[in-house]
Amino acid sequence: MAKTDIGPPDFREMLPEVIKKNYGKWKYHEILKPGVLKHVSETGDELYTVRTGSPRLMSVDSVRDICDIADKYCDGHLRFTSRYNIEFMTPDKNKVDPLIEEVGKLGLPVGGTGKCITNVVHTQGWIHCHSAATDASAVVKAIMDEFYDHFTNMKLPAQLRISLACCINMCGAVHCSDLAVVGVHTKPPRVDHEHLHALCEIPTTIASCPTGAIRRHSDKEVKSVEVREELCMYCGNCFTVCPAMPLADPDGDGVAIYAGGKVSNARKPPMFSRLIVPFLPNNPPRWPELVSTLKKIVGVYAEHAQEDERMGEWIQRVGWETFFRLTDIPFTEQHIDDFTHAVETYRTTTQFRW
Amino acid sequence: MGKETPMADELEKGPWPSFVKQIKRAAKKHPSANDLLNVVELSYKDKVTHWKHGGIVGVTGYGGGVIGRYSDVPEKFPNIAAFHTFRVNHPSGWFYTTKKLRQICDVWEKYGSGLTNFHGSTGDIILLGSPTENLQPCFDALSGIGFDLGGSGSVLRTPTGCVGPARCEWSCIDTLNLIYDLTMEFQDELHRPRWPYKFKIKASGCPNDCVAAIARADFTIIGTWRDSLRIDQDAVREYAEGGLNVEKLVVGKCPTGALEWDEKARELKLKPQECVRCMHCINKMPKALRPGLDCGATILIGGKAPILKGANLSWVLIPFIKLEPPYTEIKDLLLKIWDWWDEHGRTRERVAELIQRLGLKTFLRAVGIKPVPQMVNQPRANPYVFF
Repeated sequence: MAKTDIGPPDFREMLPEVIKKNYGKWKYHEILKPGVLKHVSETGDELYTVRTGSPRLMSVDSVRDICDIADKYCDGHLRFTSRYNIEFMTPDKNKVDPLIEEVGKLGLPVGGTGKCITNVVHTQGWIHCHSAATDASAVVKAIMDEFYDHFTNMKLPAQLRISLACCINMCGAVHCSDLAVVGVHTKPPRVDHEHLHALCEIPTTIASCPTGAIRRHSDKEVKSVEVREELCMYCGNCFTVCPAMPLADPDGDGVAIYAGGKVSNARKPPMFSRLIVPFLPNNPPRWPELVSTLKKIVGVYAEHAQEDERMGEWIQRVGWETFFRLTDIPFTEQHIDDFTHAVETYRTTTQFRW
Repeated sequence: MGKETPMADELEKGPWPSFVKQIKRAAKKHPSANDLLNVVELSYKDKVTHWKHGGIVGVTGYGGGVIGRYSDVPEKFPNIAAFHTFRVNHPSGWFYTTKKLRQICDVWEKYGSGLTNFHGSTGDIILLGSPTENLQPCFDALSGIGFDLGGSGSVLRTPTGCVGPARCEWSCIDTLNLIYDLTMEFQDELHRPRWPYKFKIKASGCPNDCVAAIARADFTIIGTWRDSLRIDQDAVREYAEGGLNVEKLVVGKCPTGALEWDEKARELKLKPQECVRCMHCINKMPKALRPGLDCGATILIGGKAPILKGANLSWVLIPFIKLEPPYTEIKDLLLKIWDWWDEHGRTRERVAELIQRLGLKTFLRAVGIKPVPQMVNQPRANPYVFF
């Protein structure tokens, strides 16, 4: 039997020579053009990085293709970023252009640096997840086809991070992104009374509900639960612990958009994304309602934000009332928080814009 | 291929790299990938997922690392009736030799669907889709080439860190070594569920936080410095002469007014005691400004996504700590936190939710940390005070 608990390979074995030599000695970097970084070390050594997008879902043959490129130009090393981009690194400036040409042949776009829309952090969706309220890969593909030029250029006021989670579990932790797309259900779970007692632990199921909407079945003979539907906000947490409470629905499921979050501490502190569009339908394969709404928002942001201002910083400066006015997005009762920290979001000043 | 997939085919068009092309490429060798293409098409038609809830599968000696997945239409797609996923722990910083990557590809071609993610959201290599009977041999083969499983379920999830000192001049800590060291130290916690719920550790080398540690990790490590950031005045002047509006775009954007631009002397002046190390000026002028030399980390606690009681950004726990191998203080602190959480936490209660339920004061006492003003945005306003 195989060895267990060996852990991952030691990263030191994975580093290219130029990085081993200059580890911790980097002095500065510059972005030579979209997707191309130059790092300069205290030792005088230089490192050039070519960053490309990827579809994230990759066949092993495509992984071998990028290995071929790394063998040819990067001494057999490469890395990935936290947003699924691929990075090819070389100390030799003369290899940069041939590298770009070679990755182009594979259809991989070069970019994702600086004031751009880089690859979308996302979840599995209908490719692989049981609790998905929307797809992930197709939605991301549709979004990035639309914003392709923003990946290969750096023309926005600041970087714009888009993330997507196919349900509100938010495996992609999209809650602090400039733009976040979240799969949502809008119908309460359908309780399968016949099978619930065999599939689920009733106390755990009851405890799973953030709003206390689940209680024991009123008929003591029925070993199941009831949902007080007026308290249900369709989070699906009960379904996570109890398969007998499915809530997926072809018409009830769709996507919501949140905006204005960030994780960087630069200038303003990190902030959460806030609800801007409560529901758009799932419309495969390209989600046109979603994509056009995102396009509108990015356009308004690009037109109005100051240089270096992230989406959330811009909205804080001009006010949410201005954001909703400029984007023509209707403000509804769904936008007003009624969960745990709701009152912190209510306005307590007469300072606002019309 | 057999069946028609018009909606999936539509997603082969357009400039962005297509995942459908990837599935079709894998389908040339793997019938399971062909079934996957068709079940995705079915989902586009039905507008719901066709994967069933959970199912416990695994490999000998582990309580996680493999996600069980079954189709709800197995009669239509027998090759993906069981289509389980491996989470494989990545090397720190997501650096690879092509030799290692090719070895993973060979293993996965033999035992799985030939489809991968580099990487999943948490940072693991994701190997998507293997039948139940292949799980143990696949794990054995992965172990044979020096890889191990990542975390799933109520365990320490695979720790991740930014690129750090390997290729970034701003990294105030050695994120790669720290993450590797913690991962190796806590293999048992990573592989065998014993806690109320998941626990995540992420480390970013500077306050730009490229791995979103503050939003995504229960235990957040962010590099910072205690002394003054370093200024190369000649390089500042070069930026100014190169057309950068230092007054407006650097000084004017400093959140605390810590910077001043002396137009006459062409000099950037800093009041270090006013600087909150936000990184903006350094981001704008990487050749001229650098973090200080007295480096360490801020430790924060409690970042998480919404389930169950709402999303949290991590809260400051230790404003500054030096981080040197073997990282004994960090490991001791983690063990104390886990002990307290394991003892008091309810099922599926993240550490932040337990802190909210029992109070930050209770938590600080339990882990032996004294309160300091850096922990709060402001003190309480209400008079309901316990003594």
